[in-house]
Amino acid sequence: MSKVINISPITRIEGHASIAIQLDDRGNVSDCKVHFMSLRGFEKFVEGKPAEELPRIVTRICGICPWHHHLASNKAVDRCFGVTPPPAGRKLRELMQTIAHAEDKLLHFFFLAAADFVMGPDSDYKVRNVIGVAQANPELAQKVVRMRYMAKMILEKFAGKAIHPVAGVVGGFSKPILEEERKEFLKQMQEILDFALFTMDFAKTRVFPKYLDTVKTLGVIKTGFIGTVDDGGRLNLYEGKIRLMKPDSSYEDFDVQDYTDYIGERVVPYSYGKFPYARSWNEGFSLDLDDPKGIYRSNCLARLNVADSMATPKAQAELEEFRYLFGRPAQATLLYHWARLIEEVYACEHAIELLQDPELTDTNIRAKVEPKAGRGVGCVEAPRGTLIHDYSTDENGLITRANLIVGTTHNLGPINMSVNQAARMLIHDGKVDEGILNRIEMAVRAYDP
Amino acid sequence: MSVKVAEEWLNACSGCEISIVDLGERLLDVLSLVEFVHIPVLMDHKYLGQLGDGRHTEIPEADVGIISGGLRNEEHMEVALEMRKKCNIIIGLGTCATHGGIPALANSYYNEQILERYYSTETTDRPELIPCDGIPRLLDTCRALDEAIKVDVYLPGCPPHPDQVFGALVALLEGRPLEVSEKSVCNDCPTIREGKGQVKQLRRFLQAPFYNSPDEPLDKMRCLLEQGILCMGSVTKAGCGGGKVTPRCIAARVPCRGCSGPVKQDGNQLLDMLNALASNGIDIQSLPEHTSLLRFSGAHHLLRPNGKHKEV
Repeated sequence: MSKVINISPITRIEGHASIAIQLDDRGNVSDCKVHFMSLRGFEKFVEGKPAEELPRIVTRICGICPWHHHLASNKAVDRCFGVTPPPAGRKLRELMQTIAHAEDKLLHFFFLAAADFVMGPDSDYKVRNVIGVAQANPELAQKVVRMRYMAKMILEKFAGKAIHPVAGVVGGFSKPILEEERKEFLKQMQEILDFALFTMDFAKTRVFPKYLDTVKTLGVIKTGFIGTVDDGGRLNLYEGKIRLMKPDSSYEDFDVQDYTDYIGERVVPYSYGKFPYARSWNEGFSLDLDDPKGIYRSNCLARLNVADSMATPKAQAELEEFRYLFGRPAQATLLYHWARLIEEVYACEHAIELLQDPELTDTNIRAKVEPKAGRGVGCVEAPRGTLIHDYSTDENGLITRANLIVGTTHNLGPINMSVNQAARMLIHDGKVDEGILNRIEMAVRAYDP
Repeated sequence: MSVKVAEEWLNACSGCEISIVDLGERLLDVLSLVEFVHIPVLMDHKYLGQLGDGRHTEIPEADVGIISGGLRNEEHMEVALEMRKKCNIIIGLGTCATHGGIPALANSYYNEQILERYYSTETTDRPELIPCDGIPRLLDTCRALDEAIKVDVYLPGCPPHPDQVFGALVALLEGRPLEVSEKSVCNDCPTIREGKGQVKQLRRFLQAPFYNSPDEPLDKMRCLLEQGILCMGSVTKAGCGGGKVTPRCIAARVPCRGCSGPVKQDGNQLLDMLNALASNGIDIQSLPEHTSLLRFSGAHHLLRPNGKHKEV
């Protein structure tokens, strides 16, 4: 007899989604879908609002990555109004974004993902979580909580609001950084870098080796990748050109202002969230596991795959080791966890570079702005991927049109594919247990959606 | 005996949950004192059983239910009702739960208008049908929690400061009522108010407010509204600064936009702000548009389609 297994909700992720697995009368997977439940309509309800207010509205798309929405939005409005922030204003934005990356990756690895590896995928759900991890490793838990809090408090101390920030403003930044603040934050970021290196080592020696077989098989699919690189092809989180790589590792770079030539979005009947695909590949859209069409992935693994190198030394050394082990592009989905920790090292190193920049304390932080009619696409690499805000304004600087492609959205198709792959690999003859269902969710969690 | 807590997020962004995580080392103390029985962001308890074969949403019984987010679809409604049924006390955490929050800006439009735009943007291949397979139907509006269930404790904020969250949790653990401020953000604001209404026109926040030097403390800066910049502190509930008291946006030298909702739970930030401007002799026509005054509190039928506001 056929039946449906509903994993509802998918847990230890940041959004709202569920999985429906259809079994045929022999108990094998006949169909599998991931439902993305959320539809809020920001594209519509920002219309008519003063453009300079948008960076304070669109933050509510995501409470985990509000800094990235805040800054992509500021960049889009800068462009609508034809203004370029002064260097110190630009650097303060980048500093805040980079520190936000640093705390986000600690949050995901330790609070959301670690339980599957530290407690084990088959452990009781009552302890397979951050609370269980903390009870089993109280010293580590204390250190994690302290380090992440330290990063978060830099954001709050300097910028007022750490969640749903307001300090990025059209034309630059709302306040300059004082020399004593710069020194204090530099010292703190050095401590967080040490912890990032410890975490990298901890994961490479004590976590990943135990699960290498799972890493190499669970949720593995073959796709292209998207990310941002600088002129030298190095990974950049704040600005640069967009690189869209095919599964065969050939790629094309483009200016994000032209994103509509490269990216399309497909609507599927079982998800409010739309599924982006590579329009420029001219092969259409298909989630077929054996022959996908137009499918590419975003987030840390994608960024590492598209980048030729990392801009900081310790992260570069990690990338070299990663590439030696897994090649380029690396396709195994659980490698997102490994890639995330390499990016954590980069984010800490880069924040330190920015904090050592003598220009950072300059008090010229905000350019003069006049509202006007225009169009602007603003983009940053959010933790979950290439984040695009595209606005048009009228002559009073009010929004007339908005289109948004949010980081995780790029991965909605691939998440469906990985879940399908995992379900088909793990469920046979109707045999299902909690450990199997949790492993299917692990294929989702790797994407940190 | 530890206090059992269930937590849910409905039409929310997860910022309120991150505010709980941002308790820092206090989080470890909280985790040792409360027993979470259901919290999707951190824990794998499932609505339909751990093997996914149940038919109805089930949440374990708990002493306290914390809910962030308002209600936007039928699943949110089902979960809210189940939480109410299983929890002795319900806390509405964050302004989406208490007043609709930013997502309630959607109430300025009909669902058809929102779906039409979302599924026809310049990158979207226009579908023949709007998705409806296995996903919950939208409600006609975005609602605050108390439009569906009884709420015992309101803790607005977008998100509430971790200090406020901690205060609420400690009060619950000690079994005493939570004290939520009945004052306005201005009450906590250190800037200088002279009360003289020289400014007749508001200017948009396109340049920095006036202050003498970057290291000048905030209590030497003139009130932003008195500088002619729209600031909604006077019509917004106090408390966003947590233990440091200073309102968080003001700390960045940026005006308040009302994210903690009205001073009194049933207040109307739009009416109150227009009144405040008028009584200060400021021309309300100098506002670029009015809807944004309800950008955090558009539930409870305050925002309506076609630009209508209740009683305006």
